[in-house]
Amino acid sequence: MAGQTLYDKLWMQHKVFAERDGRTLLYIDRHLLHEVTSPQAFSGLRNAGRKVWRRDANIATADHNVPTTDRSAGISDPTSRLQVETLDRNCADFGIEEFGMMDPRQGIVHVIAPEQGLTLPGMTVVCGDSHTATHGALGALAFGIGTTEVEHVLATQCLWARKSKSMRVWIDGELFPGVGAKDLVLAIIGRIGTAGGTGYAIEFSGPVVQNLSIEGRMTLCNMAIEAGARSGMVAVDDQTVEYLRDRPFAPDSVYWGRAVSAWRTLHSDDDAVFDRDVHLSGNQISPQVTWGTSPEMVTAIEGCVPDPKTAPDAVRRQAWENAQRYMDLTPGMPIMDIAVDRVFIGSCTNARIEDLREAARIARNGRKADSVRSVLVVPGSGLVKAQAEKEGLDEIFRQAGFEWREPGCSMCLAMNADRLEPGERCAATSNRNFEGRQGTGGRTHLVSPAMAAAAAIAGHFVDVRNWK
Amino acid sequence: MEAFTVVESVLVPLDRANVDTDAIIPKQFLKTLSRQGLGQYLFYDWRYREQESHMVPNPGFILNQDPYRNGRILLTRENFGCGSSREHAPWALADYGIRAIVAPGFAEIFANNCVQNGILLVSLYEADVEGLFRKTAAMKGLSARIDLAEQILRTGDGQVYPFHMDPSVKHKLLHGLDDIQVTLQYQEDIRAYEAGRRLQMPWLFRET
Ligand code: SF4
Repeated sequence: MAGQTLYDKLWMQHKVFAERDGRTLLYIDRHLLHEVTSPQAFSGLRNAGRKVWRRDANIATADHNVPTTDRSAGISDPTSRLQVETLDRNCADFGIEEFGMMDPRQGIVHVIAPEQGLTLPGMTVVCGDSHTATHGALGALAFGIGTTEVEHVLATQCLWARKSKSMRVWIDGELFPGVGAKDLVLAIIGRIGTAGGTGYAIEFSGPVVQNLSIEGRMTLCNMAIEAGARSGMVAVDDQTVEYLRDRPFAPDSVYWGRAVSAWRTLHSDDDAVFDRDVHLSGNQISPQVTWGTSPEMVTAIEGCVPDPKTAPDAVRRQAWENAQRYMDLTPGMPIMDIAVDRVFIGSCTNARIEDLREAARIARNGRKADSVRSVLVVPGSGLVKAQAEKEGLDEIFRQAGFEWREPGCSMCLAMNADRLEPGERCAATSNRNFEGRQGTGGRTHLVSPAMAAAAAIAGHFVDVRNWK
Repeated sequence: MEAFTVVESVLVPLDRANVDTDAIIPKQFLKTLSRQGLGQYLFYDWRYREQESHMVPNPGFILNQDPYRNGRILLTRENFGCGSSREHAPWALADYGIRAIVAPGFAEIFANNCVQNGILLVSLYEADVEGLFRKTAAMKGLSARIDLAEQILRTGDGQVYPFHMDPSVKHKLLHGLDDIQVTLQYQEDIRAYEAGRRLQMPWLFRET
């Protein structure tokens, strides 16, 4: 018998009950909640007179709607305010711990859970949010769910699921200086397409992944969903263990040794067989920039906007034409000639301390181009913000003419006041370039933090490998 | 949940691949605390133009054209429902009156969310979907009848398309079942599992 994949192990360990046809009741160790996808779940519980099954497995925070400017005055948009207050009330009523808007630990749910040690190797982690895949970076099985499933987890601590197929994405070699996890994951999506991972759980592995920091692995797993996969994961290694040491919710000295030995088993066996294998070479990856309205519409910085006539099929040809019309780009245009109006550095993909350090490295001694209207730097959490300020990164950003904000989702999806005006073009470190994602009529180019900072200073996309 | 048996309607051709949930229901409508009332905002950015902050129907969009206005079956392309996990997308579709969607494939979280809201997803071969698009172009207002029990889609011109279905999804849709109630029948199994896990991995539990 072939060995087990990491996914096999995680799946097996959480089986509560399996039907003969494979439908499985999975136990959920950690449930994360935020204000947008939970209100209807709590009202469902109330209407049915149900209780929360296991309160200590849940943790909540407000991130999507919160303002990134001074919060002492509260939230001015009444519907946003009501949604955040509803979360506060629901958590109080049902006895769930919440990091409220004024809590220093508040932040984007996918940033704060690993940071607090709320995500641990071997856990199943779910959240009413597709970017839950992020937590797989710590050797957890993590996936996004809808609101009815949120209610189901609250009431039963379980979910019904069917096992996915397994895909291994193996990245050989090494990345050039200036090329990071974001470029890597965009290149992977460019290769397999936005539906390429549908039906699969992806394990990222190989020398390049081993050399990535935990933050970088989170960037990678975060965008597994952009390749269609509900979950992405990376095996546990020394880095994982070191990352978790002394985190507030990580096991204390009583259990640490036992926990670590359990975590050490969380990797695919050498003889494990995957349903699909994808290989990339890190040495061939350039900084990436998306040119379209789907993350798979991506190319290298030295590339050009492609000609729809060269699209692989008629459906995609049509999609490329639509996207280029929306993005106001013409085939053959060099990516480096694309000028941006705004820059957004933030989101659960790229708002951890390492991302801000990368952006600051580029911004140091630079100055935002006059043609760029604003550059928003939005840390992923209150603790990331504090750390960045301790390192003086906020000063570097301010001196470069960038705005230094409070933590939250911000212009990743523009549910708060941070958004693009129609027609504006943005270099963004977030994960979705869909039509209208950052504001109705807004145009998004996905890039790494270094590339975003460089675009802010140059006024157009540049190759950060040549940055002086 | 409303049980699903048969739906009959004009086929509404939405000829795009990778329709994401941001397009199905944009973020400004996610601030609601309710599951109802989102149908008016379905496909908002495509369906309306904003003029002096009024919503004006965009005549170029399929749902603003006869005979598609109140269609209940959507015909679309690969990877429909990708992106955000927002259940607001199926809520908006269901509230508008869409009961079934026909495509070569669907994004996973979206597919799960549809099952929870009584929307039937019919996956057909790419070539069949292509054929249906050609037919709807040639025969404006082509209708279809989907019988879930039989797992058959029949178009107005008499052609029959059988489709595959996960038996448990089929059962759930046919009976309009509530998952929580079903799961709570496994309470003992869940408690037993939990007790074992607490022994094996006590660090996963904060309260003792
Ligand atoms: S930062 Fe963006 S992608 Fe991440 S959870 Fe917030 S809205 Fe979703």
